[in-house]
Amino acid sequence: MEKKIRVLLAKPGLDGHDRGIKVIAAALRDAGMEVIYTGLRQTPQMIVDAAVQEDVDAIGVSILSGAHMTLFPAILDEMKAKDAGDMILFGGGIIPDDDKVELEKLGVAKIFTPGAPTEDAIKYLKEAVLSKNSDEKIT
Amino acid sequence: MFDKKFLEKFNDKLKEWGKFAERFRTKKSMPRFFTVSGVDIDELYTPVSITDGDNDKYFDTNIGLPGEYPYTRGVHHTMYRTKLWTMRQFAGMGTPRQTNERFHYILKQGGMGLSTAFDLPTLMGYDSDHLWSLGEVGKCGVAVDTLADMEIIYSGIDLGKVSTSMTINSPASMLLAMYLVVAEKQGVPFDKVRGTLQNDILKEYIAQKEFIFPPKPSIRLITDMMEYCTKYVPQWNTISISGYHIREAGATAVQELAFTLADGFCYIESAIEAGQNVDDFAPRLSFFFNAHSDFFEEIAKYRAARRIFAKRMKNKYGAKEPKSWLLRFHTQTAGCSLTAQQPENNIVRTAIQALSGVLGGTQSLHTNSMDETLALPSEKAALIALRTQQVIAYETGVANTVDPLGGSYFVEALTDKMEAEAEKYFDEIDKRGGVLNCIEEGFFQKELARSAYQYQMELEKKERIVVGVNDFVMEDEKIEIPVLKIDHMVEKDQVAFCKKIKAERDNSAVQATLENLRNVARGNGNTFEAILECARVYVSVGEMCDILREEWGEYNETKAAMSAS
Repeated sequence: MEKKIRVLLAKPGLDGHDRGIKVIAAALRDAGMEVIYTGLRQTPQMIVDAAVQEDVDAIGVSILSGAHMTLFPAILDEMKAKDAGDMILFGGGIIPDDDKVELEKLGVAKIFTPGAPTEDAIKYLKEAVLSKNSDEKIT
Repeated sequence: MFDKKFLEKFNDKLKEWGKFAERFRTKKSMPRFFTVSGVDIDELYTPVSITDGDNDKYFDTNIGLPGEYPYTRGVHHTMYRTKLWTMRQFAGMGTPRQTNERFHYILKQGGMGLSTAFDLPTLMGYDSDHLWSLGEVGKCGVAVDTLADMEIIYSGIDLGKVSTSMTINSPASMLLAMYLVVAEKQGVPFDKVRGTLQNDILKEYIAQKEFIFPPKPSIRLITDMMEYCTKYVPQWNTISISGYHIREAGATAVQELAFTLADGFCYIESAIEAGQNVDDFAPRLSFFFNAHSDFFEEIAKYRAARRIFAKRMKNKYGAKEPKSWLLRFHTQTAGCSLTAQQPENNIVRTAIQALSGVLGGTQSLHTNSMDETLALPSEKAALIALRTQQVIAYETGVANTVDPLGGSYFVEALTDKMEAEAEKYFDEIDKRGGVLNCIEEGFFQKELARSAYQYQMELEKKERIVVGVNDFVMEDEKIEIPVLKIDHMVEKDQVAFCKKIKAERDNSAVQATLENLRNVARGNGNTFEAILECARVYVSVGEMCDILREEWGEYNETKAAMSAS
């Protein structure tokens, strides 16, 4: 049997808007993934620690407060420090195009912006995890 | 109106009519006829949709006249013919000085009241120099650390003349205290100060999630402030019981209506339990609703809200003063209905939503700017939003008569349905042991998550169309409207200013007032009076909240509340 994709979802920073992340949690679960939602007000350290402990394939965060240029890089740094650089970091929220390009350059794998259907996230994660796993087998 | 005999004859006529209509029913312009909340709508509404023949009774209990019980048709006899709704545009960003400039601009353009948005650290009770504030200062609103910031925000604005609304909840007491001190320094007596605080903590646990303390001490902060304002700041609306955020978090119209009113009744019961007289505080309560895109459903929601509230205040809480029966409300158009795609279309959405608020009898209105899914509003977008209200008020003629939709078979039937559905939720909430228990067991939160997911799935299956998002899409669209960016210098400047004030103030007075606040928090004194003393000597929002965190602890969501379904 195919191994289930494991995803950790979290809300970093002070922002309490959790409609989007709960919709994503339900959609990923319905698509057969294992979803761990750790809730609101998670520091980058808390998020990465939980991701390592849960041994997930991907970390998804949602930021609607405008603090994305501070929080995403902090999570990436934490991932490097905890040797979790092979996990896929993706996110969603109110993130202007310029910032999106900048963040993807820094190492955020994918950013979804308002209006993106959940099936885009599902499709993206399935492909990204598959290619990550096949890379691992080769090396 | 219609007597029983007439209605019987009419029913026969309707059956005949139905036979003719039948042949057109094979073709459908849309897959399903339902509201944005998922309520199925009938093909036609007629007198038999709203009454079984006992018209006098129906008219008295359900419709009545404006300005009279049960207020379905409005809270004033003459409504907008005497006074238009207040056009109140929410603003606040960056530093206090930038917000002050935006306020002066709004007032110059004909805005009638101010509405202040605070940044996340302020909403969460952290100062700008706190670790948690990193990257968030001035982003979603203006940063306020101490009285010094409030003095700048309202500089050059006469607080005896303007009415101000402040969107603040957990630290609402601290911000109101600072505002009152600014008024005091301007020489404006407290009884001339007018405005509204959001101050609705229950909806924070349910929807917006900007909570600090556990529910019990949070409600004490609110009832203490209500007591103080009843005595000394009688024109201040102490609490704006908010459905707005509940709706934005995914609720249907009925859920917004029911959960908001249930919250309101919870505050009322708490104040009564604390020994306050319902007729003393009830006239200062106000509500805040969302205006979503389903035009008639929204109008029915506002009308039902007034009726439910009036009935309960009179019959259940024994309020004697008609003033206590009135549900007055502010409306804001639905942020969650706006699209990042083809953002100019948002002007149209907002206009239609605003019109529903007006036809629903709102007392004040905020219209969203077209660019709000992208960033905080630019000056131009904010101006168009205000102009939208002015067009509705002065050009469309809707303000010429009171409740123009009253008596519409459809609107009255939908209003009745809203009330009945809300009553079902009240029963359910009672059965589960009340609002606080429902929060604890995640009942509201799960209901919202379920509705939000269902809505999203309907979009993805194209059972619902949102123009520009899942149909009428423009490929390779480029956003061509200017978007406001908050300079990263804002945070640096604000942190520096916060540190400067903390170094220069009388720090022994700070310690003394904070110690007093701690003692009051431990005992039974009025917390608001202690907070006011702190505010006067430039104690920061974060410092006051820290003392209360130490005494009362912090609230964390339960596992049940976090669950997505």
